[in-house]
Amino acid sequence: MSEKTTAVSLRDIKKTFGPVVANENVTLDIYKGEILSLLGENGSGKTTLMNMLSGIYHPDEGQIFINGEAVSIRSPHDAFNLGIGMVHQHFKLIDVMTAAENIILGLEGKLNLKEAKVRINEICDKYGFEVDLDKKIYDMSVSEKQTVEIVKVLYRGAQILILDEPTAVLTPQETEKLFAVMRNMKSDGKTIIIITHKLHEVEAISDRVAILRKGAFVGELETAKTNAQEMTDMMVGRSVSLNIDRPEPVNPTERIKVEGLSVRDQDGVYKLKDVSFTARSGEILGIAGISGCGQKELLEAIAGLQRVETGSVSYIAPDGSVEELIGKNPRDIAELGVSLSFVPEDRLGMGLVGNMDLADNMMLRSFRHGKSRFFTDRKAPRKLAKTVVKELKVSTPSIETPVRRLSGGNVQKVLVGREIASSPTVLMTAYAVRGLDINSSYTIYDLINQQKKNGVAVIFVGEDLDVLLELSDRILVLCGGEVSGIIDGRTADKQTVGMMMTKKGGEA
Amino acid sequence: MFNFVAFIPTAVQQGIPLLYGSTGEILTQKSGNLNLGIPGVMYVGGICGVIGSFIYENHATGALNPFLAIMIPMVCSLLGSLLMGLLYCFLTVTLRANQNVTGLAMTTFGVGFGNFFGGSLIKISKLDVPSITLTKTSAFFSKSLPFAGKLGWFGKIFLSYGFLAYLSIVIALIMAFVFKHTRTGLHLRAVGENPATADAAGINVTKYKYVATCLGCMIAGLGGLYYVMDYASGVWSNDAFGDRGWLAIALVIFTLWKPDLSIFASILFGGLYVLYLYLPTNMAHMEYTELYKMIPYIITLLVLVFTSVRNKRENQPPASLGTNYFREER
Repeated sequence: MSEKTTAVSLRDIKKTFGPVVANENVTLDIYKGEILSLLGENGSGKTTLMNMLSGIYHPDEGQIFINGEAVSIRSPHDAFNLGIGMVHQHFKLIDVMTAAENIILGLEGKLNLKEAKVRINEICDKYGFEVDLDKKIYDMSVSEKQTVEIVKVLYRGAQILILDEPTAVLTPQETEKLFAVMRNMKSDGKTIIIITHKLHEVEAISDRVAILRKGAFVGELETAKTNAQEMTDMMVGRSVSLNIDRPEPVNPTERIKVEGLSVRDQDGVYKLKDVSFTARSGEILGIAGISGCGQKELLEAIAGLQRVETGSVSYIAPDGSVEELIGKNPRDIAELGVSLSFVPEDRLGMGLVGNMDLADNMMLRSFRHGKSRFFTDRKAPRKLAKTVVKELKVSTPSIETPVRRLSGGNVQKVLVGREIASSPTVLMTAYAVRGLDINSSYTIYDLINQQKKNGVAVIFVGEDLDVLLELSDRILVLCGGEVSGIIDGRTADKQTVGMMMTKKGGEA
Repeated sequence: MFNFVAFIPTAVQQGIPLLYGSTGEILTQKSGNLNLGIPGVMYVGGICGVIGSFIYENHATGALNPFLAIMIPMVCSLLGSLLMGLLYCFLTVTLRANQNVTGLAMTTFGVGFGNFFGGSLIKISKLDVPSITLTKTSAFFSKSLPFAGKLGWFGKIFLSYGFLAYLSIVIALIMAFVFKHTRTGLHLRAVGENPATADAAGINVTKYKYVATCLGCMIAGLGGLYYVMDYASGVWSNDAFGDRGWLAIALVIFTLWKPDLSIFASILFGGLYVLYLYLPTNMAHMEYTELYKMIPYIITLLVLVFTSVRNKRENQPPASLGTNYFREER
């Protein structure tokens, strides 16, 4: 152990935002040439802590040492000078510029793109990146954008790299590629800090794990000597069951039947092509696919929010009567009991209004049911808000708090809670656990399973394949807007699904 | 036959204030600041030049010194519009006030400021007409090259303008070069597109916003100065500047944020602005005048619709336009 030299030392770091303590008493050493995982629940202050290293925030108290020297990192510029580079969860790239322009952004000296490109290519070759330097960012996939981000950091000569949830948006194949590059960087002597929620990735890539809980450092573990259960328990502070329930579907009957559904976007490009499937009551239909492969369009077409080119969506009511949903307006579809909760990347964009409080957000579903045509009923939504807060353990100062002030997990609980409260017969949810930590995620899975047991047909669009495989009864894999295949969730394996996501049918 | 030799110089003279205004506003908007105060800034630029020139004319004894006759109004004008720019930045960048409201308030303020001091100067000079005439200093501003008159139509179309006209074109060309080919330009565009990204890349967002906006205001202010001292031959009357400031903002959209394109577009707009004078119907149908003056705005609307439909990413406004940046927002 003695040959290790410390790259970064944090001593008693504290940071507050108004009355909220984001980090307190964080003391942590990170060694040269190692990969350290930073683990913690949502709001446990991982990103805030790393933002202090990269100069976005400045600690209120405590001291940071880089290579043994006490430093004050006042701006991202200072961080570069110290060899620290951070790849943020939300990419910091300029859409209308090319990869090369983004990489050299912020540097001093005369602008010489040609020379810069030569140097960038050297870096790419060294670590095994593939990137088209003249491609505009808006034309890139998430994985390409991430590559640009990492190259950008390396181009600045970073010795210490911080990656904030880099795998959240990648397919398993892309993740593997990223890990390979990370191992190359590690063997080149670079220090890497990776923030992630996925325990199997922690096990796959890192040497050590540091765990934060509620802003404080609770301990570090050597990856080789620990397991998922121990890490989760430390993270949550008590023992948590890591198994997702999958009760057998009870008496499944067809509820939604989609046939030959095609949707085109404004530019005439097919977002969905000839999609057919059925969703049954008491069953969870998982939908897998690389982001932007038509998941959103599919759910929106069923909910009546998307113009459909061809095809039909029939709703088979519990009493057996059949209704065609296409051509109906979203309100009528919702009245039938088809509910949609979509959690977009910013978590608020769809379904909730950030500046309104919990009760008013509940009212967005019920404002038409009032005492008369002119007056709306405010009491019922308030009651519902209280119930949701209580039953889903939403941590909020009061139900009068604007939703935007809540943390991501709590926002999602409010959204999902409201949708479930309308006692739907079909529950469609997309990215319900997007960015949530393990504990909150499991609460949401439980809620969904509860609905399944009640005979609701659940359509679950997810990002994390492991979860999809554990939760779904059947999995529909989308690839470029087409159905790549529908497989049994109990027998499917991750590699097959991954292949199906990238290529129709899944054959290599 | 349409008289091009007479029409083009008028179009250019009408176009130059618009060119100053639009290049100034393009620079400002590239930094993500939507400064709707430009009409007010141009007004202030104009009246400050007038004040400077008024004081100099009234205090100078004997013949005017050409250097001082140009520098005093120009420095006054630049200072006036710089103060407007600083005010705008302080309110929106430092205090993070709403950009639209601040801009509109500054336009109202600028016009009022101009009319107040314009009115005061008219009172002081005790004239019968509601205007001040500063012919002596103005002569230096509108002085064209001595041999221009001898070159026939060529001289008239290309060489008959005062130095401020050529300066505006030089500024527009320099700006286009800076945007495209320099690191400063790259950084400025980054600030306007996505300040959080620029900040994380180590660019001083506040500095870029302040400098771009203040420089933009100073350039726009020169448009006001050109209007009074050259185009109007040194005659200031209240509200004569009209809606040119708004036309300059419309030009920014019309040119898709490209200062080099703005040179031609400004002259085109200038031409459209005075087209009615050159159409055969001019005297018999004065009621159409205002309709002709609407043409630039209608064209701008069409361009706006067209670019929105085409939706090419490069032709869109800077992505963060109109929003203020605060680093620790969460």
